[in-house]
Amino acid sequence: MTDTATAPTGSPGDAPDGQYSANLASRICARIDTTNAVVLPLLALVSALVIGVFVIGLSDIDKIRDGDIGGILITIKDAYLALPQGAFNGWRPVNETIVATTPLLLAGLAVAVTFRAGLFNIGGTGQMLMGGMGAIFVGFSMNGPGIIQVSLGVLAGMVLGMAWGIIPGLLKARAGVHEVIATIMLNLIAGSLVLWILKTDAFGREGRNDPISKLVTSEGKLPRLFGFLDRPELRAHIGFLIAIAAAFFFWWLLERTTLGFEIRAQGANSHAARYAGMKPETLMVLSFVIAGGFAGLAGASEVLGTQGRATQGFAGDIGFDAIAVALLGRSTPTGTVLAAFLFGALQAGGQKMQVDTGVPVDLVLILRGLIVLFIAAPLLMKAIFRIKAEGAAAGPSFGGWGA
Amino acid sequence: MELELRGITKRFPGVVANDDVNLTIRTGEVLALVGENGAGKSTLMNIMYGLYHADEGQIFVDGQPVTFESSGDAIAAGIGMVHQHFMLVPVFTVAENVVLGVEPTTGPFGKLDVAQANRQVEEISSKYSLHLDPAALVEALPVGIQQRVEILKVLFRDAEIVVFDEPTAVLTPQEIEEFFNIVESLKASGRGIVFITHKLTEALRVADRISVLRRGKTVGEADPKEIDEVGLAELMVGRPVQLVVDKAPAQPGDAVLSVDQMHVVDPTGRTLVDHVSFNVHAGEIVGIAGVQGNGQTELVEAITGLRDVITGSIHLDGTDITHASPREVHSAGVAHIPEDRQRAGLVGDFSVAENMVLTTYHDDIYSSGVTMDWPKARSVATELVEQYDVRTPSIQTPAGTLSGGNQQKVIVARELSRDLRLVVASQPTRGVDVGSIEYIHAQVVKARDEGAAVLVVSTELDEVMALADRVIVMYRGRIIANLQRDDATHSDVGLYMAGSKTQPETSSTSSRATSTTFREASS
Repeated sequence: MTDTATAPTGSPGDAPDGQYSANLASRICARIDTTNAVVLPLLALVSALVIGVFVIGLSDIDKIRDGDIGGILITIKDAYLALPQGAFNGWRPVNETIVATTPLLLAGLAVAVTFRAGLFNIGGTGQMLMGGMGAIFVGFSMNGPGIIQVSLGVLAGMVLGMAWGIIPGLLKARAGVHEVIATIMLNLIAGSLVLWILKTDAFGREGRNDPISKLVTSEGKLPRLFGFLDRPELRAHIGFLIAIAAAFFFWWLLERTTLGFEIRAQGANSHAARYAGMKPETLMVLSFVIAGGFAGLAGASEVLGTQGRATQGFAGDIGFDAIAVALLGRSTPTGTVLAAFLFGALQAGGQKMQVDTGVPVDLVLILRGLIVLFIAAPLLMKAIFRIKAEGAAAGPSFGGWGA
Repeated sequence: MELELRGITKRFPGVVANDDVNLTIRTGEVLALVGENGAGKSTLMNIMYGLYHADEGQIFVDGQPVTFESSGDAIAAGIGMVHQHFMLVPVFTVAENVVLGVEPTTGPFGKLDVAQANRQVEEISSKYSLHLDPAALVEALPVGIQQRVEILKVLFRDAEIVVFDEPTAVLTPQEIEEFFNIVESLKASGRGIVFITHKLTEALRVADRISVLRRGKTVGEADPKEIDEVGLAELMVGRPVQLVVDKAPAQPGDAVLSVDQMHVVDPTGRTLVDHVSFNVHAGEIVGIAGVQGNGQTELVEAITGLRDVITGSIHLDGTDITHASPREVHSAGVAHIPEDRQRAGLVGDFSVAENMVLTTYHDDIYSSGVTMDWPKARSVATELVEQYDVRTPSIQTPAGTLSGGNQQKVIVARELSRDLRLVVASQPTRGVDVGSIEYIHAQVVKARDEGAAVLVVSTELDEVMALADRVIVMYRGRIIANLQRDDATHSDVGLYMAGSKTQPETSSTSSRATSTTFREASS
């Protein structure tokens, strides 16, 4: 076995000396394992869409009973046309895509950064919820000036997310508690805590018995991206810019900082990281703090931007969808951005699809699920599409439960 | 029986592991298959054993073409394999391990017939003088005996051709002798033996024929009576190779590393390193010999800060580093070439450049404290790649895709290209090709000649004997011999390694040496 594992270089000794200063293109190519990083996610998408065809067909039970094959095909066509139209065709669809993408991207980064450190953060939901609580408090308890209130609100969201994120990091580093268990439990705790907080007089809306917060004041809301067009239905807000900035920060962290180098080393080979004098415990805690910060921003963006208030379930399933985003994006900065966009577009397009064709929006959930399933099974994908197998050794680089 | 591999070609992405290989194995003879790591030996054997399928070529048994869909087919055809890593169930007895998968049963519900199994195992064991107790638990047996259980397993399945994959890697010199005797008796019983190895002396010693693989091709067949080690090495590497380490006599200076009564235990409290004391002086190479698993690994981990020391102390140039972190030890001028380069020494997914700074990335020249100066790191990496002759397509190539020798050169370059007080090199040439071994040894000697203290740990006695100026033997966590190189003979050290010989005055000499050091340090 060692023969195959250590020798796939051909005969590097034959390379001319000048090649070390190779041009930019080949340097980039050396970085990206094309089969794994680009081709597989695309094939997963294609495979999911193909299976989606059957799901759409089966969902139209009347036409199946009538044997109306032509009608079924038209439904399928209409549904798959409605998806991109609902996501991109016009100002409104683009805005809806951005609105859906923003929290997915931020929460996706929260998962990606831990994947890169060899850890698995299922706690995006809890970190978002706690971040949202910090943000909403600033959002309704001040009234301007806008720039200060918005900055403070976003900051409060990030800090509370970090505070919630540090818990599983510390539990793992100090007590060896598996982070998957810890984050799942912390999600439940955060859910209950939010329920209680929203029922207190400080947070709860007067005259309401259900858990809902006071409204964010007009100055405290995140400014809308296309506010200058004066079209209130264009909901996209600057949370999206924060998300893009966060993605850029993630890239800078990984590729340009010593901490990022340590996180990547820890994730790729924890033994080597320890040998090299890095401190695994510190890295566990720090990557969870950063993750919590990303997720906290997602929570702040939701309550201060999209919803203008906090409810018990404002985080929805975003914390879990984020895992799919990170997996699909292979936890790279660019990949996570693209994956979040794909999922955001599917979500926005799914609404239109349901309205136009009657195909339930749940199809989007099925497509997402299928994509993740295919991503998680690279060997299956390689078998289906007969990509030359590189052997199991060429599998994912993050340890544990990563992609 | 005659087994013939004809025109075997096996490709993996980016590499041709076997390229039109021809090999014939007959019963009643020993064929040694030698080649550097990555030459395609294991791939070829896996094809022969039905674990891989050849892209081209055909296997013939007694002239008839056969196809092995799985190892089951190969076993049925009379081929047995003793893997480098044993495939035994530790909590089972010898007999249970041997019959596993082909158990003799009794009664309608298939109850394991232990008596029958024991009897059969006993029978084969005595026939080939393997001296195995069928009822012994495998986990209680030494490695050399465990290997015999593997051999017995193969014989139990009526193998006519037995393949040994690097069988001597885990054995003491004495166990190796016994192993060769077993090989002889197998041969005498009319079996065919394939002996895969990269140790040329062993191939020459035991083989009737030697086949040499280089870069996936059979480059020659040699008669052990007509070729010597140098000729064989040249055939294997493709160029003349210097097998003897070229070094001047040591000029030992002051003690750099002083280990005093160091004691290390595992989490369950079992002793791993047992009150060990020794010194390594500047300009001197101390070699630690010992069979794998006698505390060398833990000794090195303790010195380099990777493992806690319970009692005793470690001093570097008089400074106490007993409880220093790996980073502190490294910064104090200690180079560490770890024993398992893929597990610890490298991040396989990282580029050569990133690996070149894996232990030094935090230094001021690369890092501002927050951000990395990657252009600087890359230019240093480019220099080191050139200086240490690392064969890589580029510095951006993932280190994990390099050959074993080149991976090791990356580590050697990174660790030795600093101002050093102490070099700790653990298994510096394990799984490394002959050409790179030569180079790495020269670098270690160079570090010594530049005034560093060098501690080499190796389970290959030849390596210790070639490099060391002083030889320390570890057995069950203790130092049982501390010899000047000139006083150490192969056979003596081998006996120490096996624990069948002790050096009565060891403790007194080492404690005397230690007390001298402390005087030096305090004065």
